[in-house]
Amino acid sequence: MDEDLLRLEGLEVHFPIRRGIMDSIMGRVKMVVRAVDGIDLTLRRGEVLALVGESGSGKTTTGRVVVKLTRQTAGRITFEGEDVSGTWGTKALRDYRRRVQIIFQDPYETLNPKQTIHDFVAEPLIVNKLASGDEREARVIAALESAGLRPASDFMHRFPHELSGGQRQRVVIAGALVMGPDVIVADEPVSMLDVSIRTELLRLMLDLRHERGLTYLFITHDLSLAWVIADRIAVMYLGKIMELGPAEAVIRSPRNPYTRALVSVSPSPDPPGTGARARRTILAGETPDAAHVPTGCRFHPRCPVAFDRCTVEEPPLFDLGDGHAAACWLAEKDALS
Amino acid sequence: MSDRAFPPSTEPGLTPPDLRPDDLAPDSTVRDDADGGGSEDATAISRAALAAEPIDARLGRRQWPLPKQADPNAPLLEVTNLRTHFTLESGIVKAVDGVSFRLDYGEALGIAGESGCGKTTTALSLVQILPANATIVEGSIRLMGIDLVPKTENQLRRYRWREISIVFQGSMNALNPVRRVRDQIAEPIEMRLGQSPRAARKRAGDLLELVGIPRKRGHAYPHELSGGMRQRAMIAMALACDPAIVIGDEPTTALDVMVQAQILELLEELRRKLGLSLVLITHDLSVIAETCDRVLIMYAGRVAEEGPVDEVFRRPRHPYTQKLLAAFPNIAADRRTLEVIPGLPPDLRDPPPGCRFAPRCFAAMAICSEEVPPEMTFEGVRVACHLYHVGDDGRPVTSAPVNALGPTAAGAG
Repeated sequence: MDEDLLRLEGLEVHFPIRRGIMDSIMGRVKMVVRAVDGIDLTLRRGEVLALVGESGSGKTTTGRVVVKLTRQTAGRITFEGEDVSGTWGTKALRDYRRRVQIIFQDPYETLNPKQTIHDFVAEPLIVNKLASGDEREARVIAALESAGLRPASDFMHRFPHELSGGQRQRVVIAGALVMGPDVIVADEPVSMLDVSIRTELLRLMLDLRHERGLTYLFITHDLSLAWVIADRIAVMYLGKIMELGPAEAVIRSPRNPYTRALVSVSPSPDPPGTGARARRTILAGETPDAAHVPTGCRFHPRCPVAFDRCTVEEPPLFDLGDGHAAACWLAEKDALS
Repeated sequence: MSDRAFPPSTEPGLTPPDLRPDDLAPDSTVRDDADGGGSEDATAISRAALAAEPIDARLGRRQWPLPKQADPNAPLLEVTNLRTHFTLESGIVKAVDGVSFRLDYGEALGIAGESGCGKTTTALSLVQILPANATIVEGSIRLMGIDLVPKTENQLRRYRWREISIVFQGSMNALNPVRRVRDQIAEPIEMRLGQSPRAARKRAGDLLELVGIPRKRGHAYPHELSGGMRQRAMIAMALACDPAIVIGDEPTTALDVMVQAQILELLEELRRKLGLSLVLITHDLSVIAETCDRVLIMYAGRVAEEGPVDEVFRRPRHPYTQKLLAAFPNIAADRRTLEVIPGLPPDLRDPPPGCRFAPRCFAAMAICSEEVPPEMTFEGVRVACHLYHVGDDGRPVTSAPVNALGPTAAGAG
């Protein structure tokens, strides 16, 4: 179970900012947006790893790099021990993409309104020349039924507008399943859905994990959702991982002040008891833009417990044992050497 | 009584009146104490104090005259049997079908439900800014005793902005992209309150500072502000004419959790400072739990349950409320099972007879698909469900959880 399936090492994605002609003439320094700024992350076979962060934290970019939709500027990606960092081009990536699939947030935009459900699910098989004729049909039906659209014949010839939001997201999942992947990168897969429908989809995803041995990289802004679905949680801020560990440890005993603040403001449907509000840590200001990353610890300007060292030196991810790690100088004393 | 008019103060500023709710002795016997709500936090205290305030002190908060026919003894807002229907080619959609509630001075009411339950239509009906194919077919909306439903478009102008204003969800769509933020906020002040452009701009600046935006940033265009800042600007605009009621239609839905916390805190602070009453429309029950005094759960155009947040969230009575709460991920609880509500909400062109939740309900009985459940009140909670009867003790009826996203699934590593 603990086998490493996919590994990111020193992953960096820097996007250059388009400059005007004057900037070039004047020789101004090139600016980059440091969307992902050096992260190490391992996805173990069969787990649900939640990548949590606010907008601009780089979580979606990380997900896109994993499925090779975005090119990293530095770092290594290994899949089953094989280096795939330099693998590019549709042909070379064919096998990798068959095994690592992505689901996007908005099923309304993912689906082509003029394409039937059958054609949407069959398309990857046709494009990748994986199956044809009866075999293709069988795989399409199997994928739709695995995604909970039973009987598949009821849905196959419909168009997206004839389905509800939850059903559409199931179609998107079927489109990923049809390839028989090992890893699914799910980028906010239930954010657009109502709570009552959300649970069904989460349950479907977890059931599929058992049935098909899937591994998920679950990207979300919602810490509460990560709490109920993930085995491990990684918290990102401005392109760096601030904390990583088993869900229980990250939520119940967060060691990074950013995680602690996020947990404290994550609303819960329990009415606040006495003093509950006082325990909230509302950070002032907003996440700085990734073109101007603060020096030292990138969180220090908003950190309630920052001290001198934080402004000059960036803390590494300290290993605190039991798979729990936090990037904060205050965690240093508890770090395993 | 009805022609009481209050002269506007000479300098329309934003300094709250001397009478701060916090200063008032909480010696009141308000409704919440009666139902043993238990833990009261700071907000609840301020609300209790507000409710205890003499009527005139409340009106004294206003800087602008009351509407002429206002009855100061009437509740702030009382909606009775509201029905708003949409006419489509394929039939009539009964989006809001017999909704009643009331909002008191200084109170925050949360209206919750899934997409299509009619919560936004209810909000839009209050100020009658509905799409062209929607009409209020029945019911009354009484603001300080004045029924707004029969008012003409022209007459309604007196109430929009000045008595009831709205903060919308998509601040990027709601703000005009080609006008400076300050000028947009100044517009209703000029148009509705007849202030000079100069005074209006000054007040717009004051409002921006009140919501935590430096006055200078008022020169910015909406795209130059971050999402959180834009939402603050929207709130400033909603406060422009010093309304009695602010409606927030999913005001924090598109925001990050930290920014959401900032905005909710701002709303709370404003409520205390300005004695605002708030109607918060959201699908997010946790936002209501944290900010509202009372909650109204809607399902398929009707009220399922309504009452004090503390009571409804701790001891939900309606099966829909129970399931909705159980389906919600809760970071404060154990890695609890998440429940599934089977099925889909009904098509409101042809809703099921009887209780509209019956087809999805774990406790449905024969009567549920035949008769519409009447609304009954137990311990300050109004509930429409056949499980409860007049004269009962109204103790919540619950079921063993079924269809859950269990810890076995979530916990397997």
